[in-house]
Amino acid sequence: MTMVVLNRRNLLAVGGSVLATGVLASGVPGLLLPARADGLAPTESMSGGANNYRKGAAIVDRIGKGGFWMSGTVRRAGDGAPLAGQRIQIWAHTTEGQEHEPQSHGATLTDKDGKFRLEMPQIIPIFGQPHGHLAYDSGEFKTVFLRPVMRSAKETSLEAHFVLQPA
Amino acid sequence: MQKKGWRSARAPLIWVALALAIGVPIAKAAGSEQLAWRGPVYILAGFAGIVALGLVLVQPLLIGGYLPGLSAYRGRRAHHWIGGALAVAVVIHVAGLWITSPPDMIDALTFSSPTPFSPFGVTAMWAIFIVALLAALRRRLGLRLRTWRLIHVPLAIVIVAGSVVHCLLIEGTMETISKAALCALVLAATVKVMVDLQVWRRRRTLRGESIAPQ
Repeated sequence: MTMVVLNRRNLLAVGGSVLATGVLASGVPGLLLPARADGLAPTESMSGGANNYRKGAAIVDRIGKGGFWMSGTVRRAGDGAPLAGQRIQIWAHTTEGQEHEPQSHGATLTDKDGKFRLEMPQIIPIFGQPHGHLAYDSGEFKTVFLRPVMRSAKETSLEAHFVLQPA
Repeated sequence: MQKKGWRSARAPLIWVALALAIGVPIAKAAGSEQLAWRGPVYILAGFAGIVALGLVLVQPLLIGGYLPGLSAYRGRRAHHWIGGALAVAVVIHVAGLWITSPPDMIDALTFSSPTPFSPFGVTAMWAIFIVALLAALRRRLGLRLRTWRLIHVPLAIVIVAGSVVHCLLIEGTMETISKAALCALVLAATVKVMVDLQVWRRRRTLRGESIAPQ
């Protein structure tokens, strides 16, 4: 379940602009957030976002024993309206399991303000970066896979934001 | 008297320094709390990478003749075999990471990984494989010493630069200071051997090597 996409960004990554690319990739959701309600651009899937994805993770109150918070928002492209009741899947390499293992996966729904928040075990660095994975793939909107990176492995929360466009 | 004392202590001190330069980063990584959350294959893959970086330090030291007690001939032979060991360490590193998380390794190998350090590591890997392959086939291909150096020196620079950047950007089991020190030593040893052997000049012979193609 890998998404090998050869786009301009990836080609650039081979050269010296690799650092800048990494920053850009992790900064995209933040850059898209500012309240430009009209013409809000949809979030693109991040490279590597779909890695170790498992289809159909169950909606849970908490993944494992918790202690770490994954949160974010889901909005509609264009007008930026919050999307309630959207299912977001979350997984990561944590203190309780590797990325591909079932116990590392869970899902939650957005509230009426389009916000979601799910407690999970502490994320730890895997493959050289402490990062999480999130997916929207319920079909109503176009599927998006995100892979936010923590500024430090010591952080105990991480955010990711979705702007979805109709499928 | 003092000078004589230094001379007799110099050889063992150099070897001790080398052992510490490689041993301390490995020991610090072995004490990393990250290991508790990793499987055995992932741990093996990580340490293969650290060992590989250590071998990258040994290579310029051997070819520059900086390690006491080794004749020029034996230094070159050791350089040859350690080059092979380096290729094997890289294979273990990549294979172990592949088993740990196939999609992440495929992303890295296809230069489509989100992690900024991956392309540096993969580039260094290919440079290591090319050098190892050509070194093994050098006689059969009839490569002259000058042609060989023309190929090997630029690839050696790619290997060193790629490995150091790859390693420094990774957040993993290695402790920051011992990692940075090992990387600095790798760079310093490489620059020194390039300067001492004046690799940019057309030279007929390497330290003690015969002119005729082997």
